[in-house]
This record gives sequence, C-alpha cells and structure tokens, in this order.
Amino acid sequence: AIAAGELLAAEDQITLPFENGVRSLASYPGKRPLILLTSRPPQLETPFSIFNEGVLTPNDAFFVRYHLSNIPLSIDTETFRLSIKGSVGTPLSLSLDDLKNNFEQVETVAVAQCSGNSRGFIQPRVGGGQLGNGAMGNARWKGVRLKDVLEKAGVKPGAKQVSFDGLDTAVMPGTPDFVKALDLGKALDGEILIAHSMNGEDLPMLNGFPIRLVVPGYYATYWVKHLSEITVLDQPFEGFWVKTAYRIPDTAGACVPPGTAPANTIPINRLNVRSFITSHPDGAVVKAGEQVSIRGIAFDGGEGIKEVQFSGDGGKTWIATTLGEDLGRFSFREWTLIHQARAKGRAEWKVRAFNRVGESQPAEALWNPAGYMRNVVETVNVEIA
Amino acid sequence: MKRFFPLILLAPLLTLAVEKKIELPVEPMKFKEGKGSELANAYCYTCHSVEYIATQPPMPRKFWEAAVLKMRDKFGAPIPEESVQPLIDYLTENYGKK
Ligand code: HEC
Repeated sequence: AIAAGELLAAEDQITLPFENGVRSLASYPGKRPLILLTSRPPQLETPFSIFNEGVLTPNDAFFVRYHLSNIPLSIDTETFRLSIKGSVGTPLSLSLDDLKNNFEQVETVAVAQCSGNSRGFIQPRVGGGQLGNGAMGNARWKGVRLKDVLEKAGVKPGAKQVSFDGLDTAVMPGTPDFVKALDLGKALDGEILIAHSMNGEDLPMLNGFPIRLVVPGYYATYWVKHLSEITVLDQPFEGFWVKTAYRIPDTAGACVPPGTAPANTIPINRLNVRSFITSHPDGAVVKAGEQVSIRGIAFDGGEGIKEVQFSGDGGKTWIATTLGEDLGRFSFREWTLIHQARAKGRAEWKVRAFNRVGESQPAEALWNPAGYMRNVVETVNVEIA
Repeated sequence: MKRFFPLILLAPLLTLAVEKKIELPVEPMKFKEGKGSELANAYCYTCHSVEYIATQPPMPRKFWEAAVLKMRDKFGAPIPEESVQPLIDYLTENYGKK
C-alpha cells in the first residue's frame, strides 16, 4: 500500500494542460506509476511520453477505467466460468481451459480507447472523467472469437442483441450494473475476441483478468473486463449504460453546437480518426536549420490509416509522412518524418490522418455534451531556437 | 538428481496459478473541510472516491445540482431531501465556480 503522503509529493505529480489538471502519479498492482484520475474505482491514465516508446503499449502502462467500485481483487482461475445464456440452444459454462483448448486461438492488434479520452481539453468544459490524451492503448490481444463461442451455444432464430457483463458490481443496490450490449450482427462479425492474453502475457488484473471482450475498432466501453456472462437477447437491451449513458448525437461528426442538447442520440460505436505527434511535447525546443526526426501514431475505427500529413506552419501547408509497419487495420500506425525548421521563433506543428475511405480529422474541435470522441487535429507548440 | 528440480519448482507454480490476487493502494484524497463537508462525507463517498468530484473543472451551481440529482435519481444515492440544497451549496463553494 502507498501512504497518502507519498502520493502527494511534488515529484509524483503531473499537470495536465487544462484547468484543475494536477494529478498524482500512483503505483497500482501490475502497473508502473500512472496518472491517477480516481482511486476508487481505479482509473489510471497512461503518461503520454509512453506512446513514443513503441506502437504496442506495455501492459504495465496500459490505462485503466472502471465505473463501479466493487472490482474483483482476487480471481480463482480454477473455478472461474464464463456463462453463455439467454436465447441459445445450449447454454454454456466455460472454464479458462475450455476457452484455451477447445476453440481456435486468434490474435489481433487493436487500440482500446476510452470514449472520453481527451475530455479535459474540451471547451466549453463538460463533466465526467477529466482525461488528457492517455486513455488509450494498443495491444496484441489473443483469445477466441466471440462468434465461435456463440455458434457453439447455438443462437436461436429471432435473437437481436447480445449483452456482456463482468465481475465488477455496484456498491449500492440502486446503481445499475455495468452491462453493455451489441447488435447480434456485430457480435457475430468474427472480429470480436474474448481475450485471455495481452502482449503475450495474462491480462493485468486491472485490465480485466482473466478474460475481457475485445471489440476492435469500437470504443473501449464495449470491451467488458472480467467478462463472466454473455446473454443472447431476443429484445433490444435496455440497461442504463447503453440506453442512457454512452450516447452520442445522431449527427454527422457526432456533434452539436456547444452548450446545446442533441435531438436524437445513438449508442457510441466506432472510433473516429486520430493522430498524434509523440516525439515532441508542447514547448519542445528545436534548433533552426537542423534536421529533426519527428514521429507519432495514427489510428481509426478499422478502415486502416492510409496517409498521415504533417504541417510545420500551423496548417498552412501539409506534407506526407512515412508510415511504419502495418500491424493491422485496428492498430496504432507509426509515422515518421525528417523535418527542417528554418525560421526562428514559435512554430505550430500539426498532424492529421486519413483513413482508407477518406475520413480525416476536423481542424476545429467538435463538441457534444458528454465530451466523447474528441479528434481535432492536434497541435504541438515548438520553439525554434 | 538434476531431473527432480523441475518437479520441485512446479509445485509452487501450480498453486500460484490458481488464484490471482491484488491489493489496492490507500485512497489519498479527502473532501475539503467547510460548511457541509460532513454531508459530502456522508453521501458522496459511499460509491466512489473524492477525485470524482475534485478533478471536475470549476463548474457553476447548475452543474453540481445536476450531479447530485443524477447520483440520487440514476445511481440510487440515498440523499435525504433536506440535504440536497446544502450539498449543492458545499460543492459549488468548494469545487465550483462561485
Ligand atoms: C449510490 C452510489 C453513488 C453515490 C452515493 C454518489 N455517486 Fe457519484 N457516481 C456514481 C456512479 C456509479 C458514477 C459513475 C462512475 C463512472 O462512470 O466512473 C458517479 C460519478 C460521479 C461524478 C462524475 C460525473 C458523472 O456523472 O459520471 C461526479 C461529479 C459525482 N459522481 C459526484 C457525486 C456527488 C457530489 C455525490 C454526493 C452528493 C455522489 N457522487 C454520490 C455513484 C454514486
């Protein structure tokens, strides 16, 4: 356990660049010191510099997001079971051994990104988890296809949706349990995994040990941790965390004029296009006339990144960067560029990505009441000296 | 005798594999002291830690009113009617935009 005094020491703090952005760095089980958003339930953000170390995010640096405070602190891997029930021919109760031995093992590299990643930057500010850009991560997930498991159980005709529940529960009886649902067609698309391994290791407890849902291309709210119950439903799911929470405006760009409420909403779904400069933080100093290596990452909801462009002049002119190794269309894609800054003074470096169907990022930030899906073209202010 | 080593090593590994256990660090933050803090300690601390409140941007009274009502009506926080306004006052004064 960490004493309160240690957490509050100045060297263990980081200031995110928005009002009330001072955060502690805290050590949680299986994790290096991460940015503490909340301690009960634990919500931890990845310090942004880690995204420059490689396109796969290390397990011990991967962000943590829970909603309800009764989180599992111990799991018996012998007695743990995943149940598949509801509108199925044969309800199943699967042990970890069943999952590892009786189904085809599949690997996917995919980005898990919190719906509210970057919420702290949104203007005008909105309530909710006040995150910087670190509520995202990219990992190699290994497990079994949800489709294979559902087919083994035999989905009955007329089924409409599938709901997913994990071992975390609410503290008070009046708080809705955290349960998510997907349409049956989505659930059977063959991309979704029930994952037991992350970057070649067991999942860290705080990332959903022993199994979690991995929904490549979809916001991490669907990636239910400590997955224990899958229910096939012949009616649309009505639970709070789909019907009331995690809704986005049913408009192009999922946005409304700041301060207004949307007329219609839909459940949040696919990731939009994002890109970041990871090699240079805001305020970095670069020598005039020198060749600088710049790099970063880009990703989208699964079309795949086609091009990443860089601007050294605040968006007036753009040039193509070089894309790194392709780890699949759901992964972070590295980009690099050699850039020579000429004029001394302050420069605005920007980066924007395009996916394979031509979608990109807005030049000005979009707004919605819950602060979801921020994907404005990012700017890093650099001093050319 | 070399071949006995794996067996000796295996026994503790097998026991380890059965249960995975973690312990969470101590919660660092407390509500700011002030008029109404006893209400926040009584009604806003059961389900989650103080950072849920303390990391919000400085927001107007309207925001804190909506938050308290959401906790009561959507999440089942048992907040007595007579404590609702004093709680909103406390939150606006200590974590809000005055
Ligand atoms: C009965 C349980 C419960 C009680 C008591 C409770 N909350 Fe919450 N609160 C929640 C839950 C559940 C969430 C959502 C957690 C998440 O998504 O991470 C939440 C989230 C929040 C948030 C973040 C914004 C949001 O809406 O998600 C704020 C601010 C907050 N609570 C303030 C308060 C205040 C102030 C009180 C006391 C007046 C309080 N809470 C009491 C359950 C509760």
